[in-house]
Amino acid sequence: MSQDVVIQSRQLTKTFSSGTAVNQLDLSIPKGTIYGFLGPNGCGKSTTIRMLTGLLEPTSGEIELFGIPIKHHEEALKQRIGYMTQAFSLYNNLTVLENLNFVAAIYGLKRTHRKARVQKLLQRYDLLGREKQLAGSMSGGQKQRLALACATLHKPELLFLDEPTSAVDPENRRDFWEHLFDLCDQGTTILVSTHYMDEAERCHALAILEEGNKRADGSPKNLMASMPATVVEASGNDLRGLKQSLSRHSTIVSAAQIGARLRLLVRQDINDPIGYLQSLSSSHHFELARASLEDVFVASTGGRHVG
Amino acid sequence: MWVSLARIWAVMLKELKQLSRDRMTFGMIVMIPLIQLMLFGYAINTDARHIPAGVVDLASNQTSRSILQAVEATQAVRFNHNYLSPQAASGAIVRGEVKAVLILPEDLDRRLLLHPNSAAQSTSTTLARPIGQWLVDGSDTLIAATVRSLRTMPLNDVSGHPPQTLPPTFEVVQWFNPEQRSVVNIVPGLLGVILTMTMILFTSAAIVREREHGNMEFLINTPIRSFELMLGKIIPYVFAGLIQVSIILAVGHILFHVPIRGGLMSLFGASLLFIFASLTLGLVISTIAKTQLQAMQLTVFILLPSILLSGFMFPYQAMPVPAQWIAEGLPATHFIRMARAIVLRDATLSSVEFDAFWLLGFILVGLLAASLRFRKKL
Ligand SMILES: Nc1ncnc2c1ncn2[C@@H]1O[C@H](COP(=O)(O)OP(=O)(O)OP(=O)(O)O)[C@@H](O)[C@H]1O
Ligand SMILES: [Mg+2]
Repeated sequence: MSQDVVIQSRQLTKTFSSGTAVNQLDLSIPKGTIYGFLGPNGCGKSTTIRMLTGLLEPTSGEIELFGIPIKHHEEALKQRIGYMTQAFSLYNNLTVLENLNFVAAIYGLKRTHRKARVQKLLQRYDLLGREKQLAGSMSGGQKQRLALACATLHKPELLFLDEPTSAVDPENRRDFWEHLFDLCDQGTTILVSTHYMDEAERCHALAILEEGNKRADGSPKNLMASMPATVVEASGNDLRGLKQSLSRHSTIVSAAQIGARLRLLVRQDINDPIGYLQSLSSSHHFELARASLEDVFVASTGGRHVG
Repeated sequence: MWVSLARIWAVMLKELKQLSRDRMTFGMIVMIPLIQLMLFGYAINTDARHIPAGVVDLASNQTSRSILQAVEATQAVRFNHNYLSPQAASGAIVRGEVKAVLILPEDLDRRLLLHPNSAAQSTSTTLARPIGQWLVDGSDTLIAATVRSLRTMPLNDVSGHPPQTLPPTFEVVQWFNPEQRSVVNIVPGLLGVILTMTMILFTSAAIVREREHGNMEFLINTPIRSFELMLGKIIPYVFAGLIQVSIILAVGHILFHVPIRGGLMSLFGASLLFIFASLTLGLVISTIAKTQLQAMQLTVFILLPSILLSGFMFPYQAMPVPAQWIAEGLPATHFIRMARAIVLRDATLSSVEFDAFWLLGFILVGLLAASLRFRKKL
């Protein structure tokens, strides 16, 4: 391996009284990548991030950051890590500037250094003119920009972002991701959790999580290429009826209507999917389609994962 | 361990800014001592006066009327009901109409004549009988004690004879509170109670709030040490506590003429010790409580014995020994003892050094316990 591994976990498990939130998770994330956690609500994204940041004690398993086991080294690692929590965790009754200055002081930035740094972040995250606004009175997207500014203030080598754009509109989301790629360019490793497909698609690599298990991982391209199902699109009349009749077959992993087409995932062990489908319904037209990340997600989750 | 003053300073500034925007808490720092002092100073009076009382006057003559006048002149009771029979009077006590009833018998004049408190000549005490009987609602011990104190009241005004002057067994010289005003004793005690209440609650809530609002999840991930966080959070409240001490002493002095005999420096020194002790107790609570409501409940759990057992309400010496042990474990007991000594008896910090060292030890143990319990985990 040419690159250093920044995040390494082995058999990482967390069990709460309510059940297992993260199950035997193996991760190996190289330096300078944006790595995504894609998964539905409650699949264990936040719990995993909390364990990786040293906030929660794993039930079992090991974690190494920068090759250093986090157990007993939490404090030394804190200076190298940035963490943006899922819920806003800065102070609602402090202003934007007060929040930034507080975080800067906590990270031990020198006073002379601090002002320039804070100014730069205000500018980068489009918060200029809002310095005196109370954080609690800002919109969801503005809060998330402030949170990102605070999380990156000390120039961490490793950045954890827990659903950083859940309240950001698509336009601002693009800007947000531009910032992430800038950071990544400077050598920052970023772990970001999301349930947006378009965001997941931007990641260098990602893991699809479900109920605490890793269902698939790799780069979006590889995931799509190695998907254990074939994508077929059907067109014709009465697509609802077609969906009903096809869904009964265990060979059809999923069927979902998209506009005037029905998108089908057919199990990979069917050698000639078009012929197979034609034999099930001769009145419709079928053709092969390119797999998307959503197909990968659907094929890997909901008890449909194959292999 | 390397402690960053800059980080402590940053936490402190942040806390002060938040405090200044939280008008409610800010107001409480000033209003709690003011209002409590007024309430306790004016309302608590351990000398019961003008207790509503009734009379069953079976003699109904000049003598009985002058006896009733003499009793009322003591200001202990006020007769506002007349009953015809002792039975009617006891019914009135049960109903709560009056707290006490004085029954004067028909042979009042004869009894008065034979009574040593009024008789001109030494009479044989075997013939002497009480001149009347009090029925008292004994459920309130303070009222009962006040009426009991009338048992031996002199009767020379009534009988017109000078009393037999028996020399007292002991002579009592009262120091430090010659007028026996209870407020003089209450104000130093109130200092302890109010500081217990506000200091413990403010710190425990301040840290638990950080958890409740999710700020802790971010803070834990910064290089800040728990010790720095705790110190930075309690320092602003030290000043809040000193402000409260100043308010209580100033108002106590101006409105209630509470003397401050000992040095102010000693008093502020003792207060500072107690403030730190209460703050560390608040810190320990904050490591136990998960929500602000729990922090509040735990504060009350400490506050109640601090009011009842610390000597604020009842004399320490009057409590049973096990209660005294509990009292010894409360910082408020030691502080109230010190504050009374300094305010009322001109003591200095060095003459109450046992209590001072006890508080110091409490602070150290408390800080250690809080630091050990406060883990940077969720
Ligand atoms: N402190 C806790 N105690 C008990 N159960 C917990 C705790 N924290 C999380 N869980 C459970 O663990 C599971 C995973 O939760 P987690 O917060 O990691 O999900 P998530 O993937 O971040 O979901 P979301 O997309 O909604 O943020 C959930 O079923 C949740 O109920
Ligand atoms: Mg989450």
